Amino acid sequence: MGLVMAGGTDLLVKMKSGLVEPDLIVDIKRIKPLHEVKKTASGISIGAALCNAALGENAMLRKAWPGVVEGATLIGSKQVQGRCTMAGNLCNASPAGDAVPALVAAGAKAVIQGPKGKRKLAIRDVPAGPGRTTLKKGEIITAIELPKREPRSADAYLRFIPRTEMDIAVVSAAVNLTLDAKGVIKKAAVALGAVAPTVLDVPAAARALIGTKLDDAALDRLAEAARAACRPIDDKRGTAAFRIQVAGVLAQRAARTAYARAGGK
Amino acid sequence: MAGIHVKTTINGDAVEFICQPEETLLDVLRNRLGLTGAKEGCGTGDCGACSVMVDDRLTCSCLVLGAEAEGRSVETVEGMARGSELHPLQRLFIEHAALQCGVCTPGVLIAARALLEKNPNPSEEEIRFGLAGNLCRCTGYDKIVRAVQAAAQEMRGA
Repeated sequence: MGLVMAGGTDLLVKMKSGLVEPDLIVDIKRIKPLHEVKKTASGISIGAALCNAALGENAMLRKAWPGVVEGATLIGSKQVQGRCTMAGNLCNASPAGDAVPALVAAGAKAVIQGPKGKRKLAIRDVPAGPGRTTLKKGEIITAIELPKREPRSADAYLRFIPRTEMDIAVVSAAVNLTLDAKGVIKKAAVALGAVAPTVLDVPAAARALIGTKLDDAALDRLAEAARAACRPIDDKRGTAAFRIQVAGVLAQRAARTAYARAGGK
Repeated sequence: MAGIHVKTTINGDAVEFICQPEETLLDVLRNRLGLTGAKEGCGTGDCGACSVMVDDRLTCSCLVLGAEAEGRSVETVEGMARGSELHPLQRLFIEHAALQCGVCTPGVLIAARALLEKNPNPSEEEIRFGLAGNLCRCTGYDKIVRAVQAAAQEMRGA
């Protein structure tokens, strides 16, 4: 079995515990274009080998996609940030991966290269379940593409952890908004992490926000729709009931932050 | 399996070694090159005791393969002092008694230097977040934070 290594922060741990024993490791960090962040006709393309520390240092990304950047840069420690990548977090396919919800809410796409050529797939369709992806044999992610930003748009990502740093999300929420000139939400996306086998895109929660200025009634409907979508498990990090409750709270808080960042008042 | 021949730079010196493909940089440093400053705490990137710089990025050497060092520049705690003159962080860690058993200290020093290079005047909160990837089971962190604050002040020439 040959395996692709980007940051290696998951792969080396799995090798150490004997979970995987690759015959071959391909280090894609040696491929220069896979470190590039570039503006394209359709938005911004981020190379699959770019470490999250470098992602967080990119002012253009921080401005356009603050939620995507805060999700990616919450992973692990400074040491882990120097290695780990968003594409790796996506392919590790943990339902609690911090980089994934904001990418789903952003409507981002994975650029996939395989033996049969190149294809693009919505981020939301990459994870198939815990530890499994829909990538076919021989396929690798080479870049993540964020769409073009409209004016008055912003996103936000929040997670609940019992510590302040260095932990795995018990529940997480990302919200991506576009406002009209009057501050009314015209486009919205809501994604939830760690409340189902894969990160959830929740269109019903997004619909609760569209056409509103994020008034209390809209926030209540948002929380209700977010909670209704959750299918969590009980585990050592939290109970299902707790996750459902907190998912609604985090969705509301992320929506408020995204709304303010987009210039809404 | 045949070993991999690696040419790299460690603390400014050209170094060559042969390692197994699955061998970590941490094991290469400790077992092949005699650089035992970096420690194995957890081996899974959680504790930071193995912290080194690879091409100016702070990393856990337990999460880096030895073979990946090819053509790169690695800095370890052994390269911090200039001859017999300790780095201000090292000297102030001693003055402030910012260590007890010392297992985490090489990693903390490397991480603290990386923090101060990016942010010469960090707040206490920024120091605590900057060192959140370095676990210390002895000091309770307080003396570490004070030592880093003192070093930051001295290094700024304040």
